[in-house]
Amino acid sequence: MGSELLFFSETVISGLMAGVMYSLVALGFVLIFKASGIFNFAQGVMCLFAALALYDFLSADGWASQLLGFTIPLWLAIVLTIAVMIVLAWLIERLVLQYLVKQDPIILFMATIGLAYVLEGVGDILFGSDVKPLDIGIPQGASDWALDTMGLYVEKLEVVAAVTAALLVAVLAVFFQRTRIGRALRAVADDHQAALSVGISLRAIWVIVWSVAGIVALVAGIMWGTKSGVQFSLSLIALKALPVLILGGFTSVPGAIVGGLIIGVGEKVAEVYAGPLVGGAIENWFAYMLALAFLLFRPQGLFGERIIERV
Amino acid sequence: MIYRENGQFKTSYQADQAIFPIAQDRWFVYASIAAAFLVVPFVIDDYWANAVFLPFLAYAMAAIGLNLLTGYCGQVSLGTGGFMAVGAYSTFKLVTLFPELNFIVVVLLSGAITAVVGVLFGIPSLRIKGFYLAVATLAAQFFLVWLFNKVGWFFNYNATGQITMPPLEVFGVLVTGPRATPAASYLFCLSFVAVSALAAKNIVRGRIGRSWMAIRDMDIAAELIGIRPLEAKLSAFAVSSFYVGMAGSLYFAVWLGSAEPIEAFGIDQSFLVLFMIIIGGLGSILGSFLGAAFMVLMPIFLKNFMVDGLGVEVVTAKHVEIMLMGVLIVFFLIVEPHGFARLWQIGKEKLRLWPFPH
Repeated sequence: MGSELLFFSETVISGLMAGVMYSLVALGFVLIFKASGIFNFAQGVMCLFAALALYDFLSADGWASQLLGFTIPLWLAIVLTIAVMIVLAWLIERLVLQYLVKQDPIILFMATIGLAYVLEGVGDILFGSDVKPLDIGIPQGASDWALDTMGLYVEKLEVVAAVTAALLVAVLAVFFQRTRIGRALRAVADDHQAALSVGISLRAIWVIVWSVAGIVALVAGIMWGTKSGVQFSLSLIALKALPVLILGGFTSVPGAIVGGLIIGVGEKVAEVYAGPLVGGAIENWFAYMLALAFLLFRPQGLFGERIIERV
Repeated sequence: MIYRENGQFKTSYQADQAIFPIAQDRWFVYASIAAAFLVVPFVIDDYWANAVFLPFLAYAMAAIGLNLLTGYCGQVSLGTGGFMAVGAYSTFKLVTLFPELNFIVVVLLSGAITAVVGVLFGIPSLRIKGFYLAVATLAAQFFLVWLFNKVGWFFNYNATGQITMPPLEVFGVLVTGPRATPAASYLFCLSFVAVSALAAKNIVRGRIGRSWMAIRDMDIAAELIGIRPLEAKLSAFAVSSFYVGMAGSLYFAVWLGSAEPIEAFGIDQSFLVLFMIIIGGLGSILGSFLGAAFMVLMPIFLKNFMVDGLGVEVVTAKHVEIMLMGVLIVFFLIVEPHGFARLWQIGKEKLRLWPFPH
């Protein structure tokens, strides 16, 4: 391959991989929005919180290890973190959502911003606000195989993230299509009132969906935490996931994935080829402009439900 | 007993259309304005001006602006920080390019420039709505802050990338810069906010305001009864941005004195102003003031309470403050999702019946 082409494909591949990382965050948003119509701004902080909890369980001087007297193995730490996220989901439903059921979407959105502040504060107080390197054995560095055979630089961590994301989507798809709870979730997403009338407990569904979103947040938190350390800025990836959301549509899981890939590639290519012309660091807003350009043609996003309005 | 409108008969259309038709309300408002203009300037000192009054006035202005857009026209915007930056940088460029220009004109022009930018970023609202629009306005936020950070012309190519306000006089009295007296800065901001609030109150009562509210309540129905969505939405963006731009101008020029785009006009600003109007009350000018007062005073109160009262360390207090702020926001949303303005109304209703509750 010529060096120009090689460079271009490296850019595209790293963009695709970065896109997968965005998709992981966007997935959590989509799940909650679909089931409850809540635009959950706290998703990014949930990623941070999950990663912080996992780090704390794993480290030898963390609370759990000192309480038990031995260092917790990885699998147990992950199980414990998932338990934490489920308890968190339950608490959120109990303390916040059940009182706000019939409010305007914007009120709920604001409530989730408040929630983000609370989680951020609690996370800081419990675990401290310094940068923590999270290492759970995910390989890092350049892939030797790709480097030797094609001369391409491919980051191993990002490959792992891509595979994990694919697995996660597959598991979610099976969960939604094949299980009883999944069917209930889809019923709620279709029509709240009809779901209620056939005896589905809306509150239980909300707890479940927030738990699932918490688990997705954990996966995203692990990937991002491994990449750049567990720190406050992790919660800002929520802002990166928003253009992915509007591009893919708020209600579509495949949309989150495809949107993530488009944003990832667009952003990288723009940064590399157009960035130097205008002074660089355009990553911050380029994704939004790209998403905006798409929206002008399809106001509901690529895969969003068609917006039908009646008077 | 005290608060009752019995016997206050309206004998003219003018009286019927008054902003405060009830005499007690009117006197209360006159009294507060008089106190703000005649009492506060004599007791104000540096601490009160810089920690409480100037931020309150600047944020109240921004909150009115955002409330016009979000509360009255129903278009959620997360770009307030970016629009405030436009106001601030316009002020900076205007006073450095034309130093002889009157500062009042400068603030108004900054508002006008922001209005143009606001209309530009408001164009997507014709096509998209709701949260899609909210996220789209984030494009304005990030793009504008990036622009002011990267393009040297906006900060006159100085090495730090900061903008600093030169001292300026209005009618021979210094109002900006460190040597201005707190009373002068305060009065300058207060005059702007008072006039703008009055104007806003009248805009929302008039034809334009009514068309905004129709769009907010249901845009298709509004279109059917003959309101042009393009005109209504873009005018809402223009007027709102005009206010937010003036707020940014006051915020930077009078309160901060010097600013750096990412710190001073980040996304947190957008959320802060949005919180103000939601906690204060969507679709209420009074609510904008109440919300701004609450969000300015609460962190000061929490900090004083924890650091001085309980002796908590400053760093821990910061974290607890963030957490408590979140808790309070959620709490207020649960208790009264329509904000302080609604509480105020309920209070007045209760007062009318007092002391006989039925």
